[in-house]
Amino acid sequence: MENLIEITVTVNGTEYHRTVEPRMLLSDFLRHELNLTGTHVGCEHGVCGSCTILFDGDPVRSCLMFAVQANGHTLETVEGLGTPDAMHPLQNAFREKHALQCGFCTPGFLMSLKPFLEQNPNPSRDEIREALSGNLCRCTGYENMVDAVALAAEEMRNG
Amino acid sequence: MKPAPFEYHAPATVEQALELLATHGYDAKILAGGQSLIPTMNFRLAQPAILIDMNNIPALRYIEPTPAGGVRIGAMTRYQTAERSPLIAERAPLVAEALPHIAHPQIRTRGTMGGAIAHADPAAELPAVCVALGARFKLRRGTQERWIAAEDFFVGLFTTLLEPDELLLEIELPPLPARSAWAFTEVARRHGDYALVGVAAGITLDDAGNCADVRLSFLSVGDRAVLAHNAIAALKGHPPTAETIAHAAAIAAADDIAPNADIHASVDYRRHLAKTLAQRALTQAAERASAG
Repeated sequence: MENLIEITVTVNGTEYHRTVEPRMLLSDFLRHELNLTGTHVGCEHGVCGSCTILFDGDPVRSCLMFAVQANGHTLETVEGLGTPDAMHPLQNAFREKHALQCGFCTPGFLMSLKPFLEQNPNPSRDEIREALSGNLCRCTGYENMVDAVALAAEEMRNG
Repeated sequence: MKPAPFEYHAPATVEQALELLATHGYDAKILAGGQSLIPTMNFRLAQPAILIDMNNIPALRYIEPTPAGGVRIGAMTRYQTAERSPLIAERAPLVAEALPHIAHPQIRTRGTMGGAIAHADPAAELPAVCVALGARFKLRRGTQERWIAAEDFFVGLFTTLLEPDELLLEIELPPLPARSAWAFTEVARRHGDYALVGVAAGITLDDAGNCADVRLSFLSVGDRAVLAHNAIAALKGHPPTAETIAHAAAIAAADDIAPNADIHASVDYRRHLAKTLAQRALTQAAERASAG
């Protein structure tokens, strides 16, 4: 009974055409079909936030969407955030403030935080904690992440 | 885990969706925001044969004023859109106050208002809020439309009056009475988790400062969102003082709810939370009504 469906998706500015099973999760599509393995898969039920990407600019859990639902939409993953030579201010600040240890959760945090700082360029520490609350990290204890987001916000405000 | 195979349909109109439902009925499941359904499918607790994806129906995404002074919300309106809506902030402040308690921002970008109602999770915020507000829901099956009051719509655990071939199209919130005010509060171990108990309260004052009307509903205290009839009757007609509110909250916790024990909270603890939170929410609503 299963139908195969052709989809066109723009990810980090590149247009991709693929044929997928409807049951393929968007997270698996990014990793296995597009080889964009920066999007990590943790819990696969929307709790950990590791697979967070931007869907038409909004942060979403890519494990809670099917790839077919991305047809005609524009996505951004951590691969689109910066390069080793030209990192995003969030990436720089995470490195600077030791806001990661094993790094597994980091892509999800970064993709949650990018739209947060765009909408709230000068957040309080409480607002930063709230913004971090949708992602889990089992290494850092979060304190350094709060510092990193504050630093990134400052650097982004100063251009 | 990964979902079991299914047949996928993405209709562009409500009519197409209704036709698919008429054909497939019990075998089909509606996919709204997917923030509850897809995890359940990933665990293979749900294995629908056919999914009807409502995300390509823009006609179901709207927030509009009603002539009477209320608000109509299309079923596929996302939480984030409602959270940022000036109309909801103005005409349904209780909804605006409850929305940030729903999961996390990354869930609210996808989750939908109608999805929360149709899913009828007893721990969800929106059903309890709709029950408190006296909202009603527009349902359609084929060409037949009907309206159901929120209080009648939820009949049990994840169970509503929706027929298998029927769609929820709209949530209609009534206009707020003059001198009324509302409050929402809940307790969760971590912000964004399912609440152990949540409360929505509304108080309308008359000219003498007595409660002309009281609304009080709970989430996470049984198999569905509950309207606290006994507590409402106890407070109605009385001035909202610390004593009358404490009395009503005690009645609510004892007589209006039937909480279950689970690994998160015992029955006694849930009753304790219900009493305390009802007291807080009613007090806040009364203060706001007096001030406004």
